[in-house]
Amino acid sequence: MARYAVLIFERVPPEELPPDVMRGHMELPDRIAERGGRVVAGLALEPEATATAIRGDVLTDGPFIETKEALGGIYILEARDLDHALALAGMTPIVDGGVEVRPLIDFVVVEAP
Amino acid sequence: MLAATVRVTRDLDLAEEAVQDAYERALRTWPHDGVPERPAAWLVTVAKRTALNLLRRRRTLEAKLPLLVERGGEDEQGGDDDLFPDDRLRLIFVCCHPALGREAQVALTLRLVCGVATPDVAQAFLVSEPTMAARLTRAKRKIAAARIPFAVPAAEELPARLDAALAVIHLLYATGHTAPSGAALVRDELTSRALDLARMLVALLPREREAAGLLALLLVHEARRGTRTDEQGRFLRLAEQDRAAWDRALIAQADALIVAALQAGPPGRFALQAAIAALHAQAPSYEATDWPQILALYGELLRVWPSPVVALNRAVALGEVEGPEAALATVEALEADGRLAGYRYLHATKADLLQRLGRPAEAAVAYRAALELAGNAAEQEFLGERLRALT
Repeated sequence: MARYAVLIFERVPPEELPPDVMRGHMELPDRIAERGGRVVAGLALEPEATATAIRGDVLTDGPFIETKEALGGIYILEARDLDHALALAGMTPIVDGGVEVRPLIDFVVVEAP
Repeated sequence: MLAATVRVTRDLDLAEEAVQDAYERALRTWPHDGVPERPAAWLVTVAKRTALNLLRRRRTLEAKLPLLVERGGEDEQGGDDDLFPDDRLRLIFVCCHPALGREAQVALTLRLVCGVATPDVAQAFLVSEPTMAARLTRAKRKIAAARIPFAVPAAEELPARLDAALAVIHLLYATGHTAPSGAALVRDELTSRALDLARMLVALLPREREAAGLLALLLVHEARRGTRTDEQGRFLRLAEQDRAAWDRALIAQADALIVAALQAGPPGRFALQAAIAALHAQAPSYEATDWPQILALYGELLRVWPSPVVALNRAVALGEVEGPEAALATVEALEADGRLAGYRYLHATKADLLQRLGRPAEAAVAYRAALELAGNAAEQEFLGERLRALT
């Protein structure tokens, strides 16, 4: 199985997501599992307004890259190949935006001893 | 030790990698596990095992992605005959995968499916060899890193994926056909490679009507190719081409494919384009062309493929059926739409219609706009001549 990061870009801020979309996010790992894939890990981000960027030694308010569709979350997906990964990632509930599928070189969870 | 490992792998690079790996593991484990009784034997065993694993992994990869392993030399042409037909089909679907950009799809198909050497691929697309080599490398890296599968798409995905492959083949042919510039030899190579690919797809996917449609379309183009320019290389309009010189055998082949495709169900865009081209090819003269039927086919084509270029071609047919005034209204609407602003045929078509309506000054403006956008010498010459005839 190959591993991919699925980056979720969404114009609607997380607190305004309709309930059925939120439910869709909660059910996504099970739906992916039913189709032979696996969500290894997932993380949802607070809105971009809460971000702080660091360039060199300069701090700025906001995300590193300003985009219309904000990066709302990322999940790590296990799939047979790109076609399988694209089919699974395509099930991600999106109101206004889309997802990006990126192959991973490696995926390691670093935990303090 | 290296030799012992090489005997297993028959690959020096791989063996070196394995031996180094064994030493590293020794440094890591011996300090706390203790040095084994026979350190050298231990190292060889570990290196061999590592090498076998690497080899197995590499073989799996090779089986999945033969394209990543260049077969034969760079200059070997058509070295793909050793592939099973199904492998060629898989390879086409890898090269034309929608996750790759169109430029990369076209280059990969020429290089890996047709076996055209990288310098020739570069020449065909008017880029330098290093640029093309880099483009191919980037595409291959994406195929490997993203794991684009070496497989024929599942039935539900096949129509869309096949369409991408057909579009690539069509673009290959068009690149050779319209000849942006470059040596005639390269252009002929492109058109014949595209025809080979279309024939191959029809043979491998006999039930896919759009594959038959594309082949028929290319066959009609090919039948008329020699008459598109005169002896001086000047561009000739359809009305001026020598119909007696058209290859009737190719047109008949195309016609059989089109009839079969149309009878089997609602036609797609390639079958419709082929049907239009065949109607032109079968008409005894430009005037005796079945324009009403061509207009109807363009209407259908616009429905399945709503592109402004199709709308422009439909306007030309409309001009033959209802007269230049109706056609000009459509062309002006398309011009206002803006998507075809940089498209030379829009301006050339408009110029021709204005001329027929007896408005030479406006026609001249449109011809000049077309001239500025003309891509090759033959077209420039043709448009320049039309402009001079006006003034």
